[in-house]
Amino acid sequence: MPVTTLNGQEIHVNEEGFLTDPTEWDEALAAALGAQIGITLTDAHWNAIRFLRKDFDEVGETPTLRRVSTVGGIPIKELFVLFPQKPAKKMAYVAGLPKPVGCV
Amino acid sequence: MTTTEELEEQSVKKLLVLGAGTAGTMIVNRLRRRLDVNEWDITVVDQDDVHHYQPGYLFLPFGTYSPKQITRSRHATLPDGVDFVIGDVDRVDATANTVTLEGGRVLAYDYLVIASGTTPRPDQTPGMLDAEWRRSIFDFYTFEGSKALGEALKTFDHGRLVVHITDMPIKCPVAPLEFTFLADSFLRERGLRDRVEIVYVTPLPGAFTKPTCSTTLGYMLTERKIALETDFMVERIDVAKKALVSYDEREVPFDLLVTVPLNMGADFVARSGLGDELNFVPVDKHTLQSKANPNIFAIGDASDIPASKAGSVAHFAVEIFTDNFLELIAGKPMTGAFDGHANCFIEAGGGKGLLIDFNYDVEPLQGKYPLPRVGPMSLLKETRANHLGKLAFRWIYWNILLPGRSMPVPTHMSMVGKTTNQTPAK
Repeated sequence: MPVTTLNGQEIHVNEEGFLTDPTEWDEALAAALGAQIGITLTDAHWNAIRFLRKDFDEVGETPTLRRVSTVGGIPIKELFVLFPQKPAKKMAYVAGLPKPVGCV
Repeated sequence: MTTTEELEEQSVKKLLVLGAGTAGTMIVNRLRRRLDVNEWDITVVDQDDVHHYQPGYLFLPFGTYSPKQITRSRHATLPDGVDFVIGDVDRVDATANTVTLEGGRVLAYDYLVIASGTTPRPDQTPGMLDAEWRRSIFDFYTFEGSKALGEALKTFDHGRLVVHITDMPIKCPVAPLEFTFLADSFLRERGLRDRVEIVYVTPLPGAFTKPTCSTTLGYMLTERKIALETDFMVERIDVAKKALVSYDEREVPFDLLVTVPLNMGADFVARSGLGDELNFVPVDKHTLQSKANPNIFAIGDASDIPASKAGSVAHFAVEIFTDNFLELIAGKPMTGAFDGHANCFIEAGGGKGLLIDFNYDVEPLQGKYPLPRVGPMSLLKETRANHLGKLAFRWIYWNILLPGRSMPVPTHMSMVGKTTNQTPAK
């Protein structure tokens, strides 16, 4: 796995730049990851990201958009506004979690 | 006064299984052979007496299988010595260890297995069940849906065919791709392919999301001229316009929509407070034991494990579960750990198929299966042998898998004979 430096911090990432070790993540890094994909994090973004981190800690999987909406209480429509085009992927990227995948 | 008979009656333990589908049927067949009939009562509940060979739904619309070939009486698939109760589950009381059926009948248990699967829920997407349902909007994950789609395909000779996945997880996650390939092949054979535009719409970032698969199989869509619409989360169906509308306001118009509705676990799971946001039961992904109740397990599609919802996963999980269960009731620790093993045939159309083999940690790789380097089937490649394997599987399902006989394939996924990035193919 490649190692890269972001925000003065060494991190392990996969070929798409997703963190491979969620424990290397902290909130300062999240801001830097957001900047990488052109997103300035507002309170609304943090609300979603903190839910992702909390849910991943409890469940061990990156939550789906539907789960962020029904359990985290943030409407899917809003997630598409906060993280345009690819909210599931972008949220996971900023939160330092694995991106959602299918079986093939 | 208590008679000897009553004492015996009290000491008999009760295993209750909710669902006589693929997982539930395999479990009772395997455990009835291994649990003493004087010590264990086994009861299985399902809402009807028809067992469907669900992989057959894929072929039904193209006339490959007849309805008769893919259904049997559940009674015929269950062993002697198992009580089969037909009824709808109202709720599980995990504190009292009882299950109440609609109508009020109460079944007590010492151990409960929830094997009630996953169900397509077109009611969860606004517009899906409106005027166009089963007119220009079809599903193929139900017997009726698949049959109706077959009728529609008979007269469909031009326009936009849209194959669509509402959200993950879905049962048999490769089936929508297979349907797309089979439809392409079907239309080609009828000389209609040039008059039909095929669009594949997915909520995921691609049709293939795992690196090896997208590299190896990405050509399958381009070669067949299948258009791809990714990251599409449907919010509603605009019935008047005949279009899928996403949360970010993209529209995909269709003439014929083949959709995979939202998949959810059984409603009684939610009513009993045992489910997650989609009514799937949270379990330990290695033992399938409920995180909330140690005497409850969820096996097959009913659980929330991050594996494919598929018969092969149910099969491998049942093998681990039955051994673990015997340890558990003997007061020992459960030593088996399910690895998320799945293997799935993927129909490619034109009499060919692919085969994939993977688990929680390892993505599908190239190689041979089930015998390393020998096969006869090839992993991640289109071959005729894989297609014949898929067709032969129907017999195996009824005669080996459901009765709980041993299959000559390993329960845990094997890396032997597989090609990884470190050892390139020669």
